[in-house]
Amino acid sequence: MLSTQNPDTRSSEVTYWFKAAEVSAFPEDGGACVKYQDQQIAVFNFTRRNEWYACQNMCPHKQQMILARGLVGDQCGEPKVACPFHKKTFSLITGENLNGECYEIQTYPVKVEDGFVYIGISE
Amino acid sequence: MSSSPAHPQRIVVIGNGMVGYKFCEKLVAKAQPGAYQITVFGEEPRPAYDRVHLSAYFSGTTAEELTMAPVSWYEEHNINLHLGELVTGINAASKIITTHKGLEVSYDKLILATGSSAFVPPINGVEKEGVFVYRTIEDLDAMLAYAPKARTAAVIGGGLLGLEAAKAAMDMGLTTHVIEFASRLMPRQLDEAGSETLKKKLESLGISIHLNKSTTAILGDPGVRKMTFADGSELNVDMLIVSAGIKPRDELAVKAGLSVGPRGGILVNDALQTSDPDIFAIGESALHGGMIYGLVAPGYDMAETVVTNLVGGEKTFKGFDMSTKLKLIGVDVASFGDPFISEPNARTIVFEDRIKGIYKRVNISEDGKYLLGGILVGEAANYNMLLQTVQNRIIVPPDAEDLILGSRGGSSESAGAGVLSLPEEATICSCEGVSKGTICNSIKDEKLCDVASIKKCTKAGTSCGGCVPMLGDLLNATLKEMGQEVKQVLCEHFQYSRHEILDIVKVNNIRTFDELISHHGKGDGCEVCKPAVASILASTWNELILKQATIQDTNDRYLANIQKGGTYSVVPRIAGGEITPEKLIVIGQVAAKYGLYTKITGGQRIDMFGARVDQLPDIWEELVNAGFESGHAYGKSLRTVKSCVGSTWCRYGLHDSVGFAIQIEERYRGLRSPHKLKGGVSGCVRECAEAQSKDFGIIATEKGWNLYICGNGGAKPQHAQLFATDLDTETCLRYLDRFLMFYIKTAEPLNRTATWLNKMEGGIDYLRQVIIEDSLGICADLEREMEFMVDTYACEWKEVVNNPELRKRFQHFVNTPEPDPSINFRPERGQKVPVI
Ligand SMILES: Cc1cc2nc3c(=O)[nH]c(=O)nc-3n(C[C@H](O)[C@H](O)[C@H](O)COP(=O)(O)OP(=O)(O)OC[C@H]3O[C@@H](n4cnc5c(N)ncnc54)[C@H](O)[C@@H]3O)c2cc1C
Ligand code: FES
Repeated sequence: MLSTQNPDTRSSEVTYWFKAAEVSAFPEDGGACVKYQDQQIAVFNFTRRNEWYACQNMCPHKQQMILARGLVGDQCGEPKVACPFHKKTFSLITGENLNGECYEIQTYPVKVEDGFVYIGISE
Repeated sequence: MSSSPAHPQRIVVIGNGMVGYKFCEKLVAKAQPGAYQITVFGEEPRPAYDRVHLSAYFSGTTAEELTMAPVSWYEEHNINLHLGELVTGINAASKIITTHKGLEVSYDKLILATGSSAFVPPINGVEKEGVFVYRTIEDLDAMLAYAPKARTAAVIGGGLLGLEAAKAAMDMGLTTHVIEFASRLMPRQLDEAGSETLKKKLESLGISIHLNKSTTAILGDPGVRKMTFADGSELNVDMLIVSAGIKPRDELAVKAGLSVGPRGGILVNDALQTSDPDIFAIGESALHGGMIYGLVAPGYDMAETVVTNLVGGEKTFKGFDMSTKLKLIGVDVASFGDPFISEPNARTIVFEDRIKGIYKRVNISEDGKYLLGGILVGEAANYNMLLQTVQNRIIVPPDAEDLILGSRGGSSESAGAGVLSLPEEATICSCEGVSKGTICNSIKDEKLCDVASIKKCTKAGTSCGGCVPMLGDLLNATLKEMGQEVKQVLCEHFQYSRHEILDIVKVNNIRTFDELISHHGKGDGCEVCKPAVASILASTWNELILKQATIQDTNDRYLANIQKGGTYSVVPRIAGGEITPEKLIVIGQVAAKYGLYTKITGGQRIDMFGARVDQLPDIWEELVNAGFESGHAYGKSLRTVKSCVGSTWCRYGLHDSVGFAIQIEERYRGLRSPHKLKGGVSGCVRECAEAQSKDFGIIATEKGWNLYICGNGGAKPQHAQLFATDLDTETCLRYLDRFLMFYIKTAEPLNRTATWLNKMEGGIDYLRQVIIEDSLGICADLEREMEFMVDTYACEWKEVVNNPELRKRFQHFVNTPEPDPSINFRPERGQKVPVI
């Protein structure tokens, strides 16, 4: 069953769906970090919205590997994650910094099938 | 003469600093599309950035965040931006400029916004390694690279910029000296007495001040080691920052044959035209009316003037007020209007408090009607109001001393009434030139409801930020005027204050964040409301916080303090600072086994740093088995109750301060509160436990205990106030129960007890009525609620260690047991520290 899609990312460009972990590995309304090759990807189980999101784990503000441990929430309806270090916030859809600063993060499409979470990689 | 749209007018701007950028911003905002073709040359490698807040770079603000507008902004507005390119020549006759790369560009109008450079006096040895100026991001990078090799820094220059540089040096961990040639600090802004007060304050912060010192040589090879002075004295330093003033960059203008002032600066008229009417100079390079304005607001006004005239409007630059407020140094200093004017041209009122280090002076006109200027040191909260009073020629109250002492009738109305009493055309934001009328109208018309949207809509408060508090006052006053209730709400998701949410939680028996937001909020929550609600739930129901791990701040989610590099620190409770040799050994063994960095803290316990998230449960298992429990160093909760050795060992001790400290620490351990809580117990008035700097402090007397409350250390230290005297142990605990519970129930999130009390109407007298006299009739409830918290306490770490499900959450990756490969350490003084 295909349950949810990250609405904005172009799943059509996905060349490979990486099987990350079981749904139960991800806390409700929170995130966890997945290792894909040499990359760290933060995956969020946004239960309240019944949506899944993924983005790079590194916060671009001070290059900390941490975003998976950030709080999720929304800003005027836009789903976002807040970095635990200095509370910079990023849209989970576009990756844009929501504090008006110039850096942004990479986001990835996510799908859930048969109880497993997959991250869409486009190479 | 207006240009025809077919031939856009060619504008060349030399210098992409704050003012050069502001010129572009204003021009594209006012010009018809296609009317101008703008080319900008900047010598620095990056687009214009906020030099005013340069020092924030030291505290983690990035170059990007300081940027005024990204390169893409220039592209979007069709501005041709050449960075890292120095203009080397102007041919005014043929209207062509040349750059160091050989590029030639023709112009119709040329704008010189070349700013200034640091003035470096010709002292022997200024060229040595370790001597810096403080002007660009590159200067700061160079300092940051050099500072680890240095221990002692000196700043030449005790003016506005010099003191900012001194603060930066101190923040880099250096012993800091300020060398000033004049007989006082900030000679252009302060009088003798003001300077003296500031000097004392700075010295108490650890900065050494040397006045009347003229530097004769800088010695050392290759790096600076020593300075010598005209009076024969010397000072050993290994880093030097020169901040002795600014030198307008007029070298291009000189070469091009434009008129410059005898001491530098490009001469301009009221339209900012140089001696060539098609060439303009704005910002710090311009010399107007004999003045170089070393501030950003006049520069912005110059940019506005030139733009207005270019697009066919009319405006002249008529000089500018030089009022300033020093930011960052940890001491408020401000000077406004004419700070020095005195008898017989004015009457002066001075207030001085040598204990608190406050000096205030206001100069009133002969007829007692107008405020002409003044000086504020140590406290400058009403700087903005006073400045407005000068600029708008507002009639001062009959008791003019109220201006600096506040109206002492105890009403808190006056501040709000102050903003309202300003005329509509009063300039609130002088950087952006925004008037009170513009702000109030946009609040009404655009239905603005917070300061952030006022900034966005009107640009007020976006430069130096000095007027932001007034924006808040204006917002509140305007909303009130419109009949809207002004409410302290938590965030966009809850239209309630923390106190109201606490009541909702209690009355409706709400146990989870989800339940609360679904029924009483909107949206999905955020990083502000989630931890605030988590704290409320914890201090109401006292359930294990990990039941709702994902609404906790990361520290609470992993029950440890996150540190640079993403590792955590481990802090077991050592109540009252008392520990057995056996337990000390356990800490040593655990730290050695897991390779943790150890440090004794200010709270009389031991921090172990550098634990990976996956190691935390194993480390705690060993600690719990040895009888330790969580120290809650990660939570907004009770940290420590510090104690001196007390009557057991100390020959001065009156009572057993250690025993009492332990009793209190164990009573309130784990108690979640709006912010962290610290306590202290001293066995006599010598006060070795520093109890008067804590949220609650207890000092033994002949007859019992004196209770002090609402103090704190930290960035804004405040002494605790004496609340009750000569209490017996039981009464002391009862008052503490009530006080802490009342604080937990009524404070806004992240307000320490000191801030809470400062905001409380009626202050400590009111608090005494509530806590001691039970004026609200709530004391029995407060005590019962505290008793519940004490009875239901359980060590969080013990529960995690014994719960395999919870333990599983302590892993970096969910798809592999590997630890985070990006964590790295290097050795330092025999221990490990993170590599960043
Ligand atoms: C540490 C610090 C703190 C400050 N704090 C305050 C404060 O609190 N309040 C306040 O009002 N002001 C403050 N100032 C002053 C404020 O920053 C300046 O007034 C403002 O930056 C002046 O802007 P400007 O554009 O005239 O000059 P600048 O910002 O210096 O910009 C000029 C630019 O032109 C470039 N340039 C020069 N010549 C050429 C050339 N030939 N070709 C190409 N490019 C060239 C320079 O490299 C520079 O980038 C502070 C300054 C510093 C350094
Ligand atoms: S490191 Fe993420 S906000 Fe600073």
